Amino acid sequence: MSAFTGTGRLARLALRRDRVRLAIWTLGSPLIGYALAESVASIYPEEQNRLGYVEVANSSVVARAFNGPVASSDLGAVVVTETYLTLAVLTALLSTFAVIRHTRQNEETGRAELLGAAAVGRYALLTAALVVVVGANALAGALLAVAFIGAGLPAAGSVAAAAAIVGVGLAFTGVAAVTAQLSVTSRGANALAAAAVGVAFLLRATGDVLGQRSTDGLRLDSAWPTWLSPLGWGTQIRAFGDERWWVLALPAVLLIAGVAAAYALAERRDVGAGLLAARRGPARAAAGLLSPAGLTWRLHRGALIGWAVGVAVLGLAMGLAGHEVDDMIADNPAAAEAIAQLGGGDELVDAFLAAMLGLFALTIGAYVVQALLRVRGDESDGILEPLLATAISRHRWLGTQVVGAVLGALALMLLAGVTTGLGYGLAAGDPVGWTVELTGAALLWLPALLVVAGVVTALFGALPRWSVALSWAVLIAFLLLGQLGAALDLPQAALNLSPYTHVPSVPAVDVTVLPLVLLTAAAAALLAIGLITFRRRDTPT
Amino acid sequence: MSVISIENLVKTFGGVRALDGLDLRVEPGEVHGFLGPNGSGKSTTIRILLGLLRRDSGQVRVLDGDPWRDAVALHRRLAYVPGDVNLWPNLSGGEAIDLFGALRGGLDGRRRDELLRRFDLDPTKKCRTYSKGNRQKVAIVAAFASDVELYVLDEPTSGLDPLMEAVFQEEVRQLTQAGASVLLSSHVLAEVEALCDRVSIIREGRIVESGTLAELRHLARTTVTVETGRPVTGLAELPGVHEVRPVDGRVRLEVEPEHLDTLLAHLVRFEVRALTSTPPTLEELFLRHYGEATDSEQRPAAGGTR
Repeated sequence: MSAFTGTGRLARLALRRDRVRLAIWTLGSPLIGYALAESVASIYPEEQNRLGYVEVANSSVVARAFNGPVASSDLGAVVVTETYLTLAVLTALLSTFAVIRHTRQNEETGRAELLGAAAVGRYALLTAALVVVVGANALAGALLAVAFIGAGLPAAGSVAAAAAIVGVGLAFTGVAAVTAQLSVTSRGANALAAAAVGVAFLLRATGDVLGQRSTDGLRLDSAWPTWLSPLGWGTQIRAFGDERWWVLALPAVLLIAGVAAAYALAERRDVGAGLLAARRGPARAAAGLLSPAGLTWRLHRGALIGWAVGVAVLGLAMGLAGHEVDDMIADNPAAAEAIAQLGGGDELVDAFLAAMLGLFALTIGAYVVQALLRVRGDESDGILEPLLATAISRHRWLGTQVVGAVLGALALMLLAGVTTGLGYGLAAGDPVGWTVELTGAALLWLPALLVVAGVVTALFGALPRWSVALSWAVLIAFLLLGQLGAALDLPQAALNLSPYTHVPSVPAVDVTVLPLVLLTAAAAALLAIGLITFRRRDTPT
Repeated sequence: MSVISIENLVKTFGGVRALDGLDLRVEPGEVHGFLGPNGSGKSTTIRILLGLLRRDSGQVRVLDGDPWRDAVALHRRLAYVPGDVNLWPNLSGGEAIDLFGALRGGLDGRRRDELLRRFDLDPTKKCRTYSKGNRQKVAIVAAFASDVELYVLDEPTSGLDPLMEAVFQEEVRQLTQAGASVLLSSHVLAEVEALCDRVSIIREGRIVESGTLAELRHLARTTVTVETGRPVTGLAELPGVHEVRPVDGRVRLEVEPEHLDTLLAHLVRFEVRALTSTPPTLEELFLRHYGEATDSEQRPAAGGTR
């Protein structure tokens, strides 16, 4: 029996376990690529528009930090610039989670021990995971290249752009193979690998901000930190510019190095053990933990802090970018129309800022869903049962969870308003005035978020087994209605189904109170349904 | 007044009748064993007692309250240990114990530390790193450190090693000495035999046997092995004697307890040299009810006494 015996079977097992996830990944990323390519093509149809875009994108600090350098004024290069960050980060995270799901998670749950006792080699589990993830990346990449070509982009550039994304996926596959050996828990291994994605983003952003722009403004040579980042390598391939294929060797080297390191580490440790010791906790609970509210805060603290950092960074960046909106789309009516459609009103900057706050409200809706669905997770994991066997009533427990999620959303929305206002105010002058104005505008979205909380609570109470899928489906429907509804000319009755439709997008339009009152009333009704139905039902796993 | 009294309890899940007219009574100060294989309805009964599931019909009283309506008030007076303990992965064991205690309405700190020491549990480890047995210890310590009237234990020791099992039994005895009542659902028959004052055996959602161990034994046959100077005859004609067979020159047979006297009177005529009488073990009692499910076609009379 070799160290690799059983790899094929385990790879098939992984494919069976992940058939839905892998299908969504390998089909979803090309679909996103195709949709974005089409939309960019409609906004920047002429060479003239694109020259302006490239000039601004290569000079704006915000654009450089987020999108990196633009390779040329070809349509394909603009598409890559607009899609790269989304697809690359998505692919990096999907690869990471998949590797850890099939390695460390198996060890953590004890499945690996069961498998290891069968005719399975020492490296088989890790190798099977790598085979599956590398295969998924290759397939998703091939389909992405086809999607770009299908959108009418040149073949060489399309392949280079897809290869850039695949490179990111492979690089982080290597990283995750190592972190899976380090941490005892899959959560810890995922966190380490996700932190590596974050560091890669910051390195690339720093290198691109510090880069040298050519005198005609059409070319940006990134500084050295970009070259330390797997996310930077993808932009340095310069798809749809002067393609530099040799850059693809960098992620390949990182993958090989990571896999070699992972094999070496796997050789030196026991099944189930990690190289980083599990941390210990206090022997006694602090007084602050000993109530439903204390427990809720403790369980959501980490996620909330992470969200807060993300919202703050994005808010500042969006605010700063707001000042450049006029320059960026001064001679591009299509882009101006797209923004006006999202935000409403006549002033382009106000429309942009209002649209950004609306996007924050949608994103923070995801926080509400995620935080509140924990109630269902606890129920199906069996954590809820011993809790409800204590002297905590069902109403008090669920009510605490709802209040916690809503307060979290309130804090995040406040932060979004403050940082966006501060960013825009710093760039445009009058930071205090803008901070106050946008903070107020951000708070107007709270009733919509209350409705989201109400929907999740009602679903949890009435349809516990379906609540997870349905809650996300409803939020995605709100997102689609808000983002695509107007563009697709859906009837107003359909748009009215989303609470987000009813919030006045200040500062683009004036405040109206009635819709906010009605939204709050609808939310209260949904919450009441949730509390009542939960009190009356069994607690199924 | 009973601590737990259930009459004709019915609970269905979809088309499945999980509890089918179940009766159960737990008296104050007793340890009541609740026996039955997986899927027989033990956990469903316990969940109804805790107000986690809603009954379809029947009467249920816990500590003279309605477990569904008065859940919160009752939960201050009882403690629960689930069979499959799941905890918050990022809390330490000590934090989880204190949290359960606080939510139940208070915890005896000295008792908590003593139990941690006796069960040899490290409270600083994160719950995600605990084994099944250690997670169970967390729930046991949290429950036993609470000063309550009723302890509901659903297969509490399935992950404990024999040393810890012994500690568990001592601690349960302490609870009852202090006046508490215990409902102990278990697979471990030795544990039930060691601890329980009374036992109820559940099968397919109904109680098929209930009483003290002595009473239950009385319902089952005793095995008698006898060695005599002269060959024994006429056994088959005696009332209540079954399964007579010769073993190594001796005779082994089963006899219903009420006919033991007649049997002995018959045997003395054949010069008894040695005689052993073995009352049925709990395991035999238990298997008698569950063997039926598979054996009933071949031996319809075997489990006749109900």
